[in-house]
Amino acid sequence: MNGPALPSRPAAFPANWPVRIAYAGLLVYTLYVCSILDVSLARLISGLDHAAKLFGRMFPPNSAPDKLSLIADGMIESIQIAVLSTFLGTLLSLPLGLAAARNLVPLWLASAARMVIAVCRSFHPIIISILFVKAVGFGALAGMLALVISSMGFVSKLFAEILEEISLKQIEAIRATGASFTNVLIFAVVPQVIGRFIGLSVYQFDSNLRNSTMVGIVGGGGIGAALFTAYQRFDYDVVLTILLIIIALIILCEVASSRIRLVTQ
Amino acid sequence: MPRNGQEQALLSIRHVRKEYRPGEPVLKDITLDIDAHGVTAIIGPSGTGKSTLIRCINRLVNPTAGEIWFGGQDLARLEGHALRMARRRIGMVFQEYNLVERLSVIENVLSGRLGYLPVWRALLRQFSETDIARAFELIEAVGLSADFATRRADQLSGGQRQRIGIARAIMQDPALILADEPTSSLDPKTSVEIMELLTGIAADRGIPVVINIHNVELAKRYAGRIIGMTGGQVVYDGAPDGLTDHHLKTIYGGEMWL
Repeated sequence: MNGPALPSRPAAFPANWPVRIAYAGLLVYTLYVCSILDVSLARLISGLDHAAKLFGRMFPPNSAPDKLSLIADGMIESIQIAVLSTFLGTLLSLPLGLAAARNLVPLWLASAARMVIAVCRSFHPIIISILFVKAVGFGALAGMLALVISSMGFVSKLFAEILEEISLKQIEAIRATGASFTNVLIFAVVPQVIGRFIGLSVYQFDSNLRNSTMVGIVGGGGIGAALFTAYQRFDYDVVLTILLIIIALIILCEVASSRIRLVTQ
Repeated sequence: MPRNGQEQALLSIRHVRKEYRPGEPVLKDITLDIDAHGVTAIIGPSGTGKSTLIRCINRLVNPTAGEIWFGGQDLARLEGHALRMARRRIGMVFQEYNLVERLSVIENVLSGRLGYLPVWRALLRQFSETDIARAFELIEAVGLSADFATRRADQLSGGQRQRIGIARAIMQDPALILADEPTSSLDPKTSVEIMELLTGIAADRGIPVVINIHNVELAKRYAGRIIGMTGGQVVYDGAPDGLTDHHLKTIYGGEMWL
């Protein structure tokens, strides 16, 4: 039988005023920004007209042999940039990520490594590309170096986090055998992280492939230059051809990388 | 050598003190001698410093004060290379087995030789033929078949993992084995099997064993000497037969459980 309700019982779901105020604030700010940036339905509808013209001029995609061979050269260079920058970037991320893992190295070293990683992560690959184009000149080298830097930022940050989650019990056991620090790394740390590191590298290759089609816009080599030129010259059918090839390549890469990640787990 | 010159003792713990936080000692002035043969069981309630004491010996934990004499050296003062050389002579068995889950059984057993292996050999798994042959022998000696060698450690049951944990410790060819609650994660039947194996394999090879253990019955059954600890101090040290309910009351407190 139910007893009399206890008057002093606390509410099961008490009102959370800070959260309510935060939501209200977010709503107000969104409306304010829309009014400032001229984001309105009328503006969107007038823009759709331009979009329709653009898409009209894109079809059919240009498949002239001379254009295709130009695009092929650019795509191959983009892929080369992606492969090389992923290889070098993930390779350099191994020591950098290790140096940033607070459970494995002294705090001063981890802090220093985290500073380096923060700098690598501060800028978009395009901004780093501009720097490298100015530093080493136009071409694939600049784009590749830029993607090495951004790969290091991303991969070593996540690699450090993976390292910080490993089981210390396994490390303790290997240390107890009298193994040196390097042998502890090889036998107790690497086995715990290698699968996830490969997964991370494959993901970064995906990302570098997308970025390598873009660094050309600022002179960093690859298909980006051809894409940008085509936009500038209003050759929208060529633009569409390039976009379709990029999409096909990215999908292919997705399929391949999910296979690789399955194997390494 | 220990200052008081007890030459027979394999391990001499002298006035060891450990504070994780200043002013709160987990171990208060522990002094013990461990002989070069037989099984010594350390019993006591959880949180009384048994694990800390055993980890001070191979310096997985650094003692705050005191000396630990082993093989003519004060382990408490060793650092770097010298410490690793000393650790090679001390095998350790853990409560949760602490196998490297993603390595194969034989890699786990062979990891007992890592203290002797240069980096490039570890990287390329270039263990000597002698070591590999011994690893196979040990896998069988701890009651598993050679078919287990290439299985990944995370495919084994708890009892099987602990068997491999013991094989890894023996692989070191140690002068002493430390076992930290080796049966606490196992069911009663497997616990007895593991104690039987650990004490048997150590006796065959003449290796002394120091075991932390909750289970008083197992301690009495397998140890030739019992050390009772409570509150970071030794309150009983002697033969299993001499351990009375009165002692157990001092060690664990209360009497309802007796």
